[in-house]
Amino acid sequence: MKLFRLFGRSIRDGIKSVGRNFSLSIASISCITITLIIVALAILTSYNVDNFTRLIKKDVTAVVFLKSDITDEEVSNLEKKIKEIPNVDTESIEFESKQKILEDFKDTSEVLQNIMSSWEEGENPLKPTFLVKVLDLTKLKSTVNEINKLDGVEVIKYGEGMVEKLITTFDMIERITFIVVLALIFVTAFLISNTIKLTISSRKREIEIMRLVGASNFFIRLPFIIEGLFLGLLGAIIPIAGTIYGYSFFYNSFEGKLFSPIIRLIEPSPFIYLVSIILAGIGILVGMFGSSRAVRKFLKI
Amino acid sequence: MDLIRARNLTKTYKTGTTAVAGVNLKIKKGEFCFIIGASGSGKSTLMKMFYREEKPTSGEIIIGGINVGKLRNGNVYKIRRKIGIVFQDYKLLEKLTVFENVAFAVEILGEKKNEVRRKTLEALELVGLKHKIKSLPNQLSGGEQQRVAIARAIVNGPKLLLCDEPTGNLDPDTSMEIVKVLEDINSLGTTIIMATHDREIVNRLQRRVILIDEGKVAKDFTKGTYDHEVI
Repeated sequence: MKLFRLFGRSIRDGIKSVGRNFSLSIASISCITITLIIVALAILTSYNVDNFTRLIKKDVTAVVFLKSDITDEEVSNLEKKIKEIPNVDTESIEFESKQKILEDFKDTSEVLQNIMSSWEEGENPLKPTFLVKVLDLTKLKSTVNEINKLDGVEVIKYGEGMVEKLITTFDMIERITFIVVLALIFVTAFLISNTIKLTISSRKREIEIMRLVGASNFFIRLPFIIEGLFLGLLGAIIPIAGTIYGYSFFYNSFEGKLFSPIIRLIEPSPFIYLVSIILAGIGILVGMFGSSRAVRKFLKI
Repeated sequence: MDLIRARNLTKTYKTGTTAVAGVNLKIKKGEFCFIIGASGSGKSTLMKMFYREEKPTSGEIIIGGINVGKLRNGNVYKIRRKIGIVFQDYKLLEKLTVFENVAFAVEILGEKKNEVRRKTLEALELVGLKHKIKSLPNQLSGGEQQRVAIARAIVNGPKLLLCDEPTGNLDPDTSMEIVKVLEDINSLGTTIIMATHDREIVNRLQRRVILIDEGKVAKDFTKGTYDHEVI
């Protein structure tokens, strides 16, 4: 009960002191705000790059062209054999018969339709295909080689070279953005901790008097920690609002795509709320950590 | 019974100066005693060791059963809760009202809200400032501010009240008012130790006077006056 009251009073004092030390509070809050905005941008970017990379990877498909004269039986045998290869995504395998490909082509343009309509029955020069996706893209090449050895396979196209290059580039982008975000969070923590230290230095007297009248170190520290929590939370308001409204606006004005239909952005909901929670969390933790570190300095004689 | 017992109390600062050199002292419960001495005599350091602002280099000081010199930093609050301290510069929090300044000392003990209010008002009444509870310290005169500081020091009913030159910044008339308040508190049973330079106060009160010189107890009179120092 006693501890509970002490906690209540610390919360009250913490909030009050945000208002009482208004100018210094503003300094801390704006410091947190600015750095959190940068962190928010970094998080939004890195998540989107990550998402985009994942989507591209998912879209990589090897097209397995089969011999023109392959029988239905041979096709189903081949499908079984392809599915046995470890790296093949068995769910994704799709068979497209000569006839289906022909129909698809006809749909794409009238010119093609005219040409293809003139072909006689049984004169279809197209090849039936399997569309195959793999589980691990880095092993794509060896998997393709294995499929190539199977009977009935004529040739496999998967954008050799181009795919590998894309993968390494995206992996690199992913890694770089991750490092940038991490570094930014560290810099933020350091900056905020120092700003709060500055605000607490100006309140040395307050801490000294608290000690004189017999406040325990824990009780001296608690209001400051709570104050740090509130500063962090207040500092996160603008970055969070910016994330929610800014990202939604950005997403809508580009209709969810960037430069080309391939680069799809992450849908705002629930993504922006997740980012907001992360921002608030970083603000609160860093605020609390900063002020608790700063007061500790004054609790030693 | 002795409230304070100092044995061979010594403080040497890191700079090498010995401020207090082997002080032996016994102060009984309910006493009102003055500690006098020239600037630099070591009386401030002695006072600071009473409330563990300074740690003795050697010797020991026991207040109300607590070995003050041995207290670790994290436990300093234990002795601070048993004694009230009043300073020359009041040490009030400028941004808090009179009431809040005093109430603060009760709140840190985790007392109930109405208990905080009762104790605070009682202490402020004792120093005669009950009508100014909503004022801020800088709206008060020096004497009034010092009375707020005294109220804060006694609000938890300490056994010992330490006053480090409490009248140093005040004019003679106001000083006498403050001393009267201290006498009232003393008459209620609180032991008071007051370090001072104020000749008139010491002479008028005729209480125990401890003269500190070069870090030692030079003279100790049960009913002394400041003039003894000169003699």
